[in-house]
Amino acid sequence: MARDLEMQSERHGGVDVLHLAGEVDLEVSSQLRRTLLERVEGKRDLLIDLNGVSYIDSSGVASLIEAFQRARKDGLRFALARVPEGAMRVLKIAQLDRIFPILPDIDIGFGEA
Amino acid sequence: MTGGRDVVRSGDSESDEMVCELRVHALPARLRLIRRVVGEAARELDCSPGVVEGLVSAVDEACQNIIRYAYKGDPKGVILLRIERAGDNAVIRLIDYAEPVDPAGIQPRPLDELRPGGLGTHLIQAAADSVEFEPPTQGAGNILKLVKRIE
Repeated sequence: MARDLEMQSERHGGVDVLHLAGEVDLEVSSQLRRTLLERVEGKRDLLIDLNGVSYIDSSGVASLIEAFQRARKDGLRFALARVPEGAMRVLKIAQLDRIFPILPDIDIGFGEA
Repeated sequence: MTGGRDVVRSGDSESDEMVCELRVHALPARLRLIRRVVGEAARELDCSPGVVEGLVSAVDEACQNIIRYAYKGDPKGVILLRIERAGDNAVIRLIDYAEPVDPAGIQPRPLDELRPGGLGTHLIQAAADSVEFEPPTQGAGNILKLVKRIE
């Protein structure tokens, strides 16, 4: 049985915040993809808090890209927040640090995204 | 062949030291174990934290490719991971027993194209000094060799 991805969501300052934790890899990235797309299809602006993510692979990043593209197409706001060093390394290699709005904290909502 | 019983080779002729070998089924659920083994082995080789992180990522991505594209999700497929030290280099081989792939068909997507997928090859190339497919020896389908200078 596949392990579950650690996800918690909350409303924070009028924004849907999805807190991710643990290792996002091929075993769990389909859970992430499904959750993100559900939120976007529900027309919800989304802030992804990556603070607790100790590892993310290309399949996890692909889920973020797909949700970001859908959100953008639907005029929704989508940003990453509190990106740890390891995840940032992956985003930089993929040059996605120039694409995704990335916030230093969740308290400011989308203020600077 | 997916069983992987044949010994591919007992070690690199240029190898100074065999650090570890791991044989697992090609399952997403085994990727965590593979990452931990690579991380520990790279630390044993005195790789810096940045190099360790890169090698863990590269091997994970390469194993994903084996799971998804070489074995096409066949859970009976076997991956053999071998980590050696050769001089100042860490040498990592990933051996599978699937049908040989065409290396020319494995190309990273241009990074200016924003779409899901195609990033794994970039992560592999970013972490290693050299990445190549070796000619498979008897019984093996594909042998991917990553070399990274220990620093």
